[in-house]
Amino acid sequence: MTQSEPAGPPRRSPLLPVHQRLGATLTEFAGWQMPLRYESETAEHRAVRTAAGMFDLSHMGEIAVTGAGAGAALDYALVGQPSALAPGRARYTMICAADGGVLDDLIVYRLSDAEFLVVANAANTAVVSRELSGRSAGFDAGVTDQTADYALIAVQGPNAAAILAPVTDIDLAGVKYYASHDAVVCGRPVLLARTGYTGEDGFEMFCRPEDAEPLWTALTAAGAEHGLIPAGLAARDTLRLEAGMPLYGNELGPDMTPFDAGLGRVVKLDKPGDFVGRAALAQRAGQPPRRVLAGLTVRGRRVPRHGYSVLWDGQARGAVTSGAPSPTLGVPIAMAYLDPDVPGLAEAQAVTGADAQDTRLSIDIRGRGEPADLVTLPFYSRKR
Amino acid sequence: MTVPQQLRYTAEHEWVAIEGQAASVGITEHAADALGDVVYVSPPTPGTKVTAGEPCGEIESTKSVSDLYSPVGGEVTDVNADIEDDPGLVNSDPYGAGWLFKVRLDDEPPSDLLTAEQYAELISAEG
Repeated sequence: MTQSEPAGPPRRSPLLPVHQRLGATLTEFAGWQMPLRYESETAEHRAVRTAAGMFDLSHMGEIAVTGAGAGAALDYALVGQPSALAPGRARYTMICAADGGVLDDLIVYRLSDAEFLVVANAANTAVVSRELSGRSAGFDAGVTDQTADYALIAVQGPNAAAILAPVTDIDLAGVKYYASHDAVVCGRPVLLARTGYTGEDGFEMFCRPEDAEPLWTALTAAGAEHGLIPAGLAARDTLRLEAGMPLYGNELGPDMTPFDAGLGRVVKLDKPGDFVGRAALAQRAGQPPRRVLAGLTVRGRRVPRHGYSVLWDGQARGAVTSGAPSPTLGVPIAMAYLDPDVPGLAEAQAVTGADAQDTRLSIDIRGRGEPADLVTLPFYSRKR
Repeated sequence: MTVPQQLRYTAEHEWVAIEGQAASVGITEHAADALGDVVYVSPPTPGTKVTAGEPCGEIESTKSVSDLYSPVGGEVTDVNADIEDDPGLVNSDPYGAGWLFKVRLDDEPPSDLLTAEQYAELISAEG
């Protein structure tokens, strides 16, 4: 977890009083006071996998980029090509430094021809906002950090659409994955997007801060019969890990390129015009990977954590970036960066399960090597 | 937060129930709440010697791992086998079915064990 916000009193979500009434365990995350869990994070995780969970994500950064040149400005500022998005569509992308290092991973929503919303990680919002402003200087585009103008509520899980359908004015079947739509939900105006960070179907609703509490309360009531419960950041982290999704500060950082994270596909080297990081990334694209992001399951019950060494025949050949007990798999899981020449890594697509190979691979869990197996990422994908 | 009267406590958030030379050990409700869902407990092995105030095992939760300290010194006589299958007992019943291990005391229990009042004061000061 990165915490690059300056010290000071934590920022407060407009939903903080709701979390306090619910008895949430609060944590300071990226300068915000946010719910870590309400009761059992494992139960919250399972609710999202089997029914639905509701998250307060108001700490996420919302940065508006507007103007006739907004698309061109974002094409220059980011590694993707937002100008090619149709209005109402969204894309996962990244902002890189000139040396190709990742400054943040982002979702860019095109709201209209001349209006984009860039959603950044809380810890990086200030950096992203500053970089977007600087990089837009030569374009007909304005950049505004609107984080304080939005609350963000996510409803995630197989029952998400069934919960929202009766309380919104739009046809959810018309909102595809990675699409967004202006909508009224429980009487409140929102930007409704079919996006998430859990590996499940689900929706994210950007609303006015003053609408957040009434919306949360109404959704709680609407979702009760569908098994909807509030879920905190602890469940969000294990859900995204099972889904093989990177977390900035763990799998992504300024010392690595998108290619190192196995996400070179987000770099659109064939888009017209220059963009920040192009030269470094073009060079990097042609080289063999320096390290490979891999999935590991542990045969025992001790849990690998961020920073632990991954061993091949007892020699350190990589490091864990994220690790947790997986509620869905029932075993500890981890993502790790490994040397590309670790045997079996190339075949990891084909290798699955604890019986696939003898255990020359282990994770150094506080001084003891715990046998581990390479598995194909993601650990979990929903049935569609 | 429950802090049963009849137990003694440590600043590391273990509880101990002492009857004669036999002691049962667990972690407090406050500790279990702070950890979140306990997913694995590695208690000391029966037959080993534990020393008061020294680490003797570990507790894994979703977000973290913590050392387990023994509040008393002596020989481990028993561990709670139910915890192996259902570590969540530590969260659901920390003072009962979620007990962790038993010790036959070497000596008098340490004089610095906390009373329920003292422990309640400690955790309210921690917030």
